[in-house]
Amino acid sequence: MAFIEAHNLVKTYTPRGSGIVRALDGLTLAVPRASVQALLGPNGAGKTTAVKVLTTLVVPDSGTATIGGVDVMRDGDLVRPIIGVSGQYAAVDENLTGFENLDMVGRLYHLGRQESRARAKELIDLFDLTEAQNRPVKGFSGGMRRRIDLAGALVTRPRVLFLDEPTTGLDPRSRLGMWDIITSLVGEGTTVLLTTQYLEEADRLADSISVIDGGKVIAEGTSDELKASIGGQRVELNLVSASDRQKTFEVLARHGNSRPTISPDERTLTVSVVDGPTALQLILAELGASGVALFDAGMRRPTLDDVFLRLTGHAASDEDSPNGTGKKRDTGKKRPNRGRRARDEDPTPSPGAAHTDPDRT
Amino acid sequence: MSVPEALRPNGTGNGNGTTEPIPRPTLANWFNDGWITTKRNLIKIKRVPDILVFTLIQPIMFVLLFSYVYAGSIDIPGSSYKEFIMAGIFAQTVVFGSTYSGSAMAQDLKSGIIDRFRTLPMSPSAVLIGRTNGDLLINGISMVVMMSTGLVVGWRIRSSPLEAIGAVALLLLFSYAFSWVMAFLGMLVSSPEIINNASFLVLFPLTFISNAFVPSDNLPTPLRIFAELNPVSALVQAARKLFGNVPAQSRIPDVWTLQNPELTVLIGVAALLLVFVPLAIRKFSKISSR
Ligand SMILES: Nc1ncnc2c1ncn2[C@@H]1O[C@H](COP(=O)(O)OP(=O)(O)O)[C@@H](O)[C@H]1O
Ligand SMILES: [Mg+2]
Repeated sequence: MAFIEAHNLVKTYTPRGSGIVRALDGLTLAVPRASVQALLGPNGAGKTTAVKVLTTLVVPDSGTATIGGVDVMRDGDLVRPIIGVSGQYAAVDENLTGFENLDMVGRLYHLGRQESRARAKELIDLFDLTEAQNRPVKGFSGGMRRRIDLAGALVTRPRVLFLDEPTTGLDPRSRLGMWDIITSLVGEGTTVLLTTQYLEEADRLADSISVIDGGKVIAEGTSDELKASIGGQRVELNLVSASDRQKTFEVLARHGNSRPTISPDERTLTVSVVDGPTALQLILAELGASGVALFDAGMRRPTLDDVFLRLTGHAASDEDSPNGTGKKRDTGKKRPNRGRRARDEDPTPSPGAAHTDPDRT
Repeated sequence: MSVPEALRPNGTGNGNGTTEPIPRPTLANWFNDGWITTKRNLIKIKRVPDILVFTLIQPIMFVLLFSYVYAGSIDIPGSSYKEFIMAGIFAQTVVFGSTYSGSAMAQDLKSGIIDRFRTLPMSPSAVLIGRTNGDLLINGISMVVMMSTGLVVGWRIRSSPLEAIGAVALLLLFSYAFSWVMAFLGMLVSSPEIINNASFLVLFPLTFISNAFVPSDNLPTPLRIFAELNPVSALVQAARKLFGNVPAQSRIPDVWTLQNPELTVLIGVAALLLVFVPLAIRKFSKISSR
């Protein structure tokens, strides 16, 4: 039995003035002990609701959830002592100092007075919060609050840690710091469930990823498994002249096993292939014979961006067209070009990395 | 990457395990939780200037304004206006002082800290207990300030010390019970502004259409009936009576609540607490910020 299990969770809301919202629509999860599970999904996918159910904040309409075999809904009192939670928005008391916030949390976990203070001090040092230590939280940056909030979640060295979008809104440096902290927590046996809109973040931190959309899991597996599930390798070409795109599209379509995609600027074409090296050779030979000039040609494995687009189906149809009608909708998003190299140099997820469709929020 | 000791979880070989919550007797935890959340509100009183202004300056201002601006022109047969209105000012101030619980709960909900509290293994009543204790302290301070100012400008207690203590106790008890009502309402609204505006809209008429600042006899009939049935009138009447400030020649309206104001206040306090304490705790155990 997995450490965290959720089965068929359903939660509906009926906001005033609009119809029923199915925030969770049959969500099922299983997180093994001492692993990192990411819930990856766009705004409104139900990530926060899922975290709230598992952390005893929200009672679902139906479904079951257990942590370490304990029923979350029935025995919340037994669950709360072993979990640490850092919600989507930093939950800190503005009028208390950083130290007072952590000490208060420690005392409410029923640590002794000395112990609670010592632990608060320890976390202040660890999270580089010395500046916030003796000043009221009011007036501190989002990153600082976020760190105090995360430190609050760690006061009792919880066995299970829930992090709802832990790096949303952080500057790149703080984000890297947060990633380091999360990484170091996990090696020691903490079970982490984190939500994110950033594909990079899930890719980098999670042992297993559940892609969620519309309140349910639409795919899950390791980052590699998810990528493999949509076709192992891609051939990607950069054209010197966009006018060659139709010709190139036809060549790629013949050698690939998916419909080629064309980038918004109409100069980058991608297709998934079965045998990468052979396909690349054949494609290059054929294009060379018909005089198509290339800036760059290569193989790459699919990114989570590809996975996400494929699974949720958003925007894909626009880009499929060789006539590139994707322009209208996708200005500013340059998904297909973001291969592995780019990611290693720049670990910061760009806003475009998250597929957030404004229509859906 | 080496793992800082501070990040090691409980229940693993490497962690020292000392930070695992220790099960304690429930009652001890309950006191602990109530005290910690009370402390949180005490710090807030210290750090937020608005609260101090409301707690210290405004009551002084009210006592001075009423004693010097109106006392000369309002004539109360058999008593001085100064003595007459003091109970009214006390009651109005503590009733308004109880509204902090409403806006504070709404604010906690908005800021998200309620979610933090609700995921901690603490008693579900603790946040509310801490909050209403905060109001009680604010109101206690206001009472001391107002009574001292009152004594300076010529207000006198014309009863026994025990009765005077009874008056203060009733005022604070009532305001404490009312804090629970406000705390409950604060969790129902979507923003602190709503509860603030709503409480002003309700409490101004409630405190002014009463016997707090003028004898209700002289009011036009509909207002007089409202004033006589108004629970604030009973509170004012009880305090006024226990301070020995009821004008000698006044006719006490023939309404049971005003004839027996102390008992009315006690029954009212018990009723409010019996209804709103469980209601507020139940609400708290279900809410979550958006
Ligand atoms: N308290 C609530 N009242 C009404 N609707 C809600 C509430 N909480 C969440 N929702 C709706 O449920 C859906 C899922 O929300 P949420 O779990 O916050 O998604 P995510 O965290 O993935 O952005 C959204 O459509 C959201 O508007
Ligand atoms: Mg969310």
